[in-house]
Amino acid sequence: MTMSFVFQSLLNGLLVGGVYSLMAMGLTLIFGVMKVVNFAHGSLIMLGMYVAYWSVALLHVDPYVSILIVFPVLFIIGASFQKFLINPIINAPEHNQLLLTLGVSLFMENLAVFLWSPDYRVMKTSYAEINFYIGDITISLVRLLAFCFAMLLAAILYVVLTRTDLGKAIRAASEEPRGALLMGINIRRIYLISFGIGAACAGVGGAAITPFFPVYPYVGWLFVITCFVVVVLGGMGNILGAFVGGLIIGLADSVGAMFLPGSMKSIISFTIFILILLFKPTGLFGKNHA
Amino acid sequence: MLKIDNMDVFYGQVQILRQVSLDVKEGEIVSLLGSNGAGKTTTVNAISGILPVAKGSIQLSGQEINKVEPHVRVEMGLVQIPEGRKIFPTLSVMENLEMGSYLKVPKSFRKESLEIVLSMFPVLKTRKNQLAGTLSGGEQQMLAIGRGIMSRPKLLILDEPSLGLAPIIVDDIFDVIRKINGDGVTILLVEQNVPQALALSDRGFVMEEGRIGLSGKGKNLLADPHIKKLYLGL
Repeated sequence: MTMSFVFQSLLNGLLVGGVYSLMAMGLTLIFGVMKVVNFAHGSLIMLGMYVAYWSVALLHVDPYVSILIVFPVLFIIGASFQKFLINPIINAPEHNQLLLTLGVSLFMENLAVFLWSPDYRVMKTSYAEINFYIGDITISLVRLLAFCFAMLLAAILYVVLTRTDLGKAIRAASEEPRGALLMGINIRRIYLISFGIGAACAGVGGAAITPFFPVYPYVGWLFVITCFVVVVLGGMGNILGAFVGGLIIGLADSVGAMFLPGSMKSIISFTIFILILLFKPTGLFGKNHA
Repeated sequence: MLKIDNMDVFYGQVQILRQVSLDVKEGEIVSLLGSNGAGKTTTVNAISGILPVAKGSIQLSGQEINKVEPHVRVEMGLVQIPEGRKIFPTLSVMENLEMGSYLKVPKSFRKESLEIVLSMFPVLKTRKNQLAGTLSGGEQQMLAIGRGIMSRPKLLILDEPSLGLAPIIVDDIFDVIRKINGDGVTILLVEQNVPQALALSDRGFVMEEGRIGLSGKGKNLLADPHIKKLYLGL
């Protein structure tokens, strides 16, 4: 195994890890604010990919301009999902919420099969052919751009959460809903916006990888399981944790791919998952007693 | 300012409050007293709109607010500092105070309100970048009160502000309540610390098992033999 092969793998892992980070930040935001485990997150990723795919195929926009379409579309889908389906059961026991989000996920996938067939679709873009070389290492432009767009949105999300009143209200509502309500913060509106943002993160993550990843109705499951690993690793509800966790899992997968056959490359990230659950269930950045 | 008529409140099937009536006039300090489980917190949560009112009415400045959403009641100047403070532990002290002025009108006065709060509680100034969860109990209570003041209340409800605090801190908190009232804010004070609360209050209401048992002027209640027996151990 040469050094350049190792660096190549780590680089690919880091680039895809950035996308995991963004998707997982959306998932952890939804959990942190509403305490709802969103099993439909993968379907939102899938919808983001389809919106990007159809924007390019039908409207002939640039794949990266399509992200500007994906964000608002997925925000509205997420907010509607929250308002009409999550909100009525927001105080229900967890297993009811699980069944609901899982059910919605199955519904969305089958709707996608019905509307767009189960075929794999590949976005046709000239970007996919472009590579840079540093020594023996190849950097694919589309992977680099996916990473950059994911990092950009992750950074914007972080700034919004830490610097704006809306973001602080989201954090306040996730920590102490009663206190937030008594300060005049409209909790239901905060839930709506948080779900919208969470869904948009999933969708944009999906859209960012569409130039090099096939789209099909069940594609979300490839990512959502990883997202759950990342969210648990970073501490459920911890935005910064999800960010770092995504990069770690991306790297762990690439290390796995170096030593193990392709079908077993996830062993390392799932091992991390199990170890975290056993020894530090509050996540890398969580308090021990929480 | 606040008038409650024959209010019934339920938790699920269980009736907690029966025909509670009380009123707070503009500029007053009124205390709501009673032992644990008497229904004090339930009463103020109904006033804030967290619990629905089954029967009766709540009026704020002459307007019935039974069906008004909690955050709109805050807009109307009805602010509660809840039992257990409910500050935001991983937000900084400053961010907590900013969240007190989240609404439009309070936000436009944020700078002025901050000055008032920080001069009232100098300790918060020295800790403004610290996470609120790292403050001591007394400081957290000060932060909760400061956050409430940031909302520019007309009627401020304080639910057991002295709970779990050292006597010397309790004195400070009661001084602050008197000062806030002096600045023109009407106060409804929920307390178990009966003698201190009554000494501060214009009037008091005593709750027992979900009803208002006694009411009257602060000093009259202090002299009442029933109160003396129940709460002062005399």
